[in-house]
Amino acid sequence: MTASPCADRVLLIQAELDGELDAAGSAALQTHLEGCAGCRAVQADLRALSAGLRREAPRHPAPERLRTALAAHLEPPPRPALRVVRHPALAFGAGAALAAGVAAGVALAVLPVPPATLDDQAVADHIRALQPGHLTDVESSDRHMVRPWFDGRIDYAPPVRDFAAAGFPLIGGRLDYLGGRPVAALVYRRDRHLIDLYVWPATGEAAPVPRTRNGYAVVGWRAGGMAFLAVSDLEAAQLLAFARLWEGGA
Amino acid sequence: MAGDGPSFAKLALPHLDAAYNLARWLLRDPVAAEDVVQDAMLRGLTYFASFRGTNPRAWLLQIVRNAAHDWLAASARAREVPLVIRHDEDDIAVNEPADPSDDPETALSRRQDRAALAMALAALPVELRECLVLRELEEMSYRDIAQVTGVPVGTVMSRLWRARRALVRRTELPA
Repeated sequence: MTASPCADRVLLIQAELDGELDAAGSAALQTHLEGCAGCRAVQADLRALSAGLRREAPRHPAPERLRTALAAHLEPPPRPALRVVRHPALAFGAGAALAAGVAAGVALAVLPVPPATLDDQAVADHIRALQPGHLTDVESSDRHMVRPWFDGRIDYAPPVRDFAAAGFPLIGGRLDYLGGRPVAALVYRRDRHLIDLYVWPATGEAAPVPRTRNGYAVVGWRAGGMAFLAVSDLEAAQLLAFARLWEGGA
Repeated sequence: MAGDGPSFAKLALPHLDAAYNLARWLLRDPVAAEDVVQDAMLRGLTYFASFRGTNPRAWLLQIVRNAAHDWLAASARAREVPLVIRHDEDDIAVNEPADPSDDPETALSRRQDRAALAMALAALPVELRECLVLRELEEMSYRDIAQVTGVPVGTVMSRLWRARRALVRRTELPA
């Protein structure tokens, strides 16, 4: 930091960077920054540092043996195959322990699943995900962080896009379990409503089709070698608008 | 534990990576971090009956943080851990993807930059380091960081600022 900032502004600059400044505060700071090179330099330094840390400081994942040991200790398994930990590769484990103990992935995979059931499963997944701690495994509005998170957790790379500009910011992703397989779930927000978007490989193209299940809006479509299924308590028309954003090119 | 409400395991295990990451950055030792997380999870299980909050992640990280500080206080190593962090360097080397567009010299300098930033973070005093790790790596709000670290929000802000100022000076970031 070569230029000298205003001592009474640095915490405001930092708060703005950290998303902790309200709109009025941000506007006032903006006005100040326009006329103050020292404060602008600090802001640039802080931004570069933040980006650098997020990119380069390792976020250490828990060793698998610790996870396994804790899961066994904390959750004595009456049905071992089901009561595994959620994350990372086995996210469907806890998922499978859902409502009335859906009888294991095996059963789901063996039984033919009619298309209507997939909607019901997706709605059930969505409702379960709203419980504390279940919504996201990776919390980030940065698609360049969300997309690589799925590497090694599923055998395909889901397209991850942020529609913050259109009022549907990306807030994270998680692994979920749908139609007998682990799938990528991307989480978006629209005002106070959450949208789960399930994505998995599929052939063919199909335009978005809206419907409702148990009061939840569901929209499914296919494009670019992927099947998409969006679920939300939004109005169906709004969820359809969200689906249409995906047609606007990568 | 298989009761009607969410069990401790269901509440806590999704945050295991965050718990381990925090312990790892606080203790700078993978083995100690594992012990401390295990200890913290057992503490959490004990306290779980009294958990009434809505933010299980902050609650769990608070327990991990306290367990880590207990470990640091109990261990003479707290003052003796060298600033060169062997394990973290290993991780960095392993995780560094080869960028085909880099010539060897650029790749080396990128690797050194990366190591420099991670090591500068690891070398910060623990009360500054924990705030910055929670903010930048766990993306927590000031309020949640205040809960985890047991200090007022104003203190979180000044610690974050001191931590960042120290790192900006050390690593000569481009403006």
